[in-house]
Amino acid sequence: MRLTLEVWRQTDPADAGRFETHVVDDATPEMSVVELLDRLNESIVEDGREPVAFESDCREGICGACGVTVDDRPHGPQSNTPSCHQRLSSWKDGETVRIEPLRSGAYPVVRDLVVDRSALDRIVRAGGHVAIQAGTAPDADTTAVDHALAEMALDFAACIGCGACVAACPNGAAHLFVGSKLQHLASLPGGKEERGKRARAMIAEMEQDFGPCSSFGECADVCPAGIPLAAIAVVNRERMRVVLRGKNN
Amino acid sequence: MTTEFHAPDAIVDGVEIGEILDGQIPDGDPRTAWERRRLGYKLVNPANRRKFRVIVIGTGLAGAGAAAALGELGYDVHAFTYHDAPRRAHSVAAQGGINAARARKVDNDSVDRFVIDTVKGGDFRGREADAFRLGEESVRVIDHLAAIGAPFAREYGGQLATRSFGGVQVSRTYYTRGQTGQQLQIASAQALLRQVDAGTVTLRTRHEMLDLVVEDGRAQGVVVRNLLTGEISAHTAHAVVLATGGYGNVFYFSTLAKNSNASAAWRAVQRGALLASPSFIQFHPTALPVSSRWQSKTILMSESLRNDGRIWVPAKADDTRAPGDIPEDERDYYLERKYPAFGNLTPRDVASRNAHEQIQAGRGVGPLKNSVYLDFRDAIKRVGKKKIAERYGNLFEMYTHATGEDPYTEPMRIAPGAHFTMGGLWSDYDQMTSVPGLFVGGEAGWGYHGANRLGANSLLSACVDGWFTLPYSVPSYLAPLLGTSRLADDAPVVTEAVDRAEARVAKLLAIQGEHGPTYFHRELGDILYEGCGVVRTKESLTTAIEKIRALSARFWTELRVLGDDDRLNQELEKAGRVADYLELAELMCIDALDREESCGAHFRAEHEADGEALRDDNLWAFVSAWGVPGDGRFVRHAEPLNFDAVPLTRRNYK
Ligand SMILES: Cc1cc2nc3c(=O)[nH]c(=O)nc-3n(C[C@H](O)[C@H](O)[C@H](O)COP(=O)(O)OP(=O)(O)OC[C@H]3O[C@@H](n4cnc5c(N)ncnc54)[C@H](O)[C@@H]3O)c2cc1C
Ligand code: SF4
Ligand code: FES
Repeated sequence: MRLTLEVWRQTDPADAGRFETHVVDDATPEMSVVELLDRLNESIVEDGREPVAFESDCREGICGACGVTVDDRPHGPQSNTPSCHQRLSSWKDGETVRIEPLRSGAYPVVRDLVVDRSALDRIVRAGGHVAIQAGTAPDADTTAVDHALAEMALDFAACIGCGACVAACPNGAAHLFVGSKLQHLASLPGGKEERGKRARAMIAEMEQDFGPCSSFGECADVCPAGIPLAAIAVVNRERMRVVLRGKNN
Repeated sequence: MTTEFHAPDAIVDGVEIGEILDGQIPDGDPRTAWERRRLGYKLVNPANRRKFRVIVIGTGLAGAGAAAALGELGYDVHAFTYHDAPRRAHSVAAQGGINAARARKVDNDSVDRFVIDTVKGGDFRGREADAFRLGEESVRVIDHLAAIGAPFAREYGGQLATRSFGGVQVSRTYYTRGQTGQQLQIASAQALLRQVDAGTVTLRTRHEMLDLVVEDGRAQGVVVRNLLTGEISAHTAHAVVLATGGYGNVFYFSTLAKNSNASAAWRAVQRGALLASPSFIQFHPTALPVSSRWQSKTILMSESLRNDGRIWVPAKADDTRAPGDIPEDERDYYLERKYPAFGNLTPRDVASRNAHEQIQAGRGVGPLKNSVYLDFRDAIKRVGKKKIAERYGNLFEMYTHATGEDPYTEPMRIAPGAHFTMGGLWSDYDQMTSVPGLFVGGEAGWGYHGANRLGANSLLSACVDGWFTLPYSVPSYLAPLLGTSRLADDAPVVTEAVDRAEARVAKLLAIQGEHGPTYFHRELGDILYEGCGVVRTKESLTTAIEKIRALSARFWTELRVLGDDDRLNQELEKAGRVADYLELAELMCIDALDREESCGAHFRAEHEADGEALRDDNLWAFVSAWGVPGDGRFVRHAEPLNFDAVPLTRRNYK
């Protein structure tokens, strides 16, 4: 199939950036959006020009490295699907595909489609962890964890850190990402002791770079890990909880 | 210990016989070796620990674990990764599970049985003592990872759930849905970030290691390139840990993440480290075949599909009929025919080899005739579509996504894909390479998996190395260095290494030929699949070596890397990696050509009995650890392998 591509080009953070138009005439429906970029790049290189910079790694929907805005939507037209799994069958022969970086004030553009998502890691660094040192953990079988609770923890732990939720949010909020981590760790025995401390630290760090949540719900619709929308409420619940209790656990 | 070990003569041009290596394995009963070794390790006083700087390259399971654990102990750790975030390391993609010999059930598991399975699974080409350590520490790995945030699957009683995996008859695989690697990796990356927050670990993301600094016979630093600014800088330390993952991507098409590469390990080899068994590659039998020009990798389809899918090819070659038009008596269910006892569930290497044989004989299917059918027709007839959807629904969906075909109505197509590298940097029992001060962990190393890795043992080895081996052995190396200052940043050997790295980047940019790096990478992959793939022969390997040398020459005259070296330049990154792959690939073929036996995944067609791998324990019960001095010679050092607890036997799946 023949597709027209409008691709964002931006040499470096200082550059204003612009769309560039290309035509790919041998695309196939089972190709993914990132394979379309591979294809495009091969012909750009043949023409002696610099290829489009973009990120991807596992190409299996698990590493969270891919992440571009496709036709105005983080990751692309299919809901809950990462860019590396967005197939070209979503478009018809002759149509136009517009690809640009994930857009958010918290994600400075590095080059072309590559953005800097390190603000997400700063939140994890601030408190998204468990203070148990190697070798000191109790026997994992003696602390029983309810089956349903473990499954619920996994629903929230599944976040791949792609950052699409923030880009989808009109406010640039990171509540889905932060709430998923808070809920994940609060559900497990190892994470309980620091529940309040963690919430305080992560939320404070979150507010440095990201916007407030007005429950639009766009985030859960693009999230490739299917993080439940309930995660955004977790942020406020945990915030209230620590304020009311005033304790670290 | 074998006292009279003689390495077989070299018959390959350019190969020389090197030394007999000492793996520093504790004498005596291998079951208690680790305990005795730990007792023998030297300690560093807590107050002195921050005086030691340790560099860790890679933040996958092995690297994140090592960096976090050493940080927790109080060492001054500097960690580097080319990813933008530690969580993205390739470990994140592992699905199936992680083995542990916790032996809680009454299915008769034990550390001894774990070792037997691991050593046998590896076809007796790994180190038995290392397998004991792996089994012993596996218990703590599960406890620790569960405590720091990996939500392992639980039974209804709240206990950890386990499942069985290929090659064993007990249930010792711990898992979190199909996301085990992801959950272990995220937990480990969080633990690493906790240390960054505490100030014990300095983390540099988007930094790629380009060289190793060796001075006074010790590894004392690395040269890295900042991928965003292009700046090349040196960092010195008292010890260096490489946890940089496997090199399966040398085949271009593989199940690995696109950015996984061999450069860090290969650079270590150029600075004097040895590469063990470079040709031992596991090909996964249920990878997606290459179907189109723009397909970027061969995604792994779960092995579990072989429980209900029947593998077949048309009985006659070049049959172009649609699968549904091929009548029953014109199909060959070759695994069921040849291995009635195991059928479609033969181990990975056997399944891959047989698929390869059928494809070579012209009976491959699909547009490129490069795959075999995995057919669910009979299973759907037997248990109904609903049951099959319950069991494999998400996998079928993934398959449809990737191929546009519907496996409920048409058989899946699968093919062997490069998956896991059993070979890696040679190290002794303490995970130290032949360069003192250079340690290795995870898939970048070699010890546990011999010639064939058992499913779910590699997440384990990465975790054991990182969390529960290196934090003991690295300090023991450091202890006597107390009072020794780090190598100066402007020492001649450091500036030389920086100059060398800069010159190489300049050289890649200066060629200005006509093809991008991906072009050469694809060609190399084709050569390797053909010559050093599932089945190897003297002829295929000799041809591959010639072709690699020719391709390498073309690379250095016809490569074109556009752009500059002072900002993000992904083509330049790729070019550097492909340059290293070309050199590594030659050594892989030489290793495969040199080893005149078949073992595990290394199948030399000349050495078989009834189509099965024929080991030669008289001559080849040792590990080849290759030195590459860079003058065209390949030096084969040897570490003899002894098996005290697991008697040498032949595998049989008929
Ligand atoms: C599809 C797939 C499924 C798998 N499933 C399973 C399974 O179910 N069970 C199992 O046990 N095993 C499985 N494996 C194998 C297992 O995942 C790996 O062996 C293991 O995760 C490797 O971990 P690692 O820490 O050694 O390396 P990796 O996780 O690959 O990490 C390497 C790190 O090194 C960094 N790095 C590399 N080179 C450089 C450099 N030059 N400079 C800076 N940084 C560098 C990378 O950025 C990364 O952080 C699977 C493998 C694949 C491909
Ligand atoms: S919550 Fe979903 S969209 Fe947001 S970072 Fe995680 S996986 Fe991506
Ligand atoms: S490339 Fe890993 S999630 Fe898309």
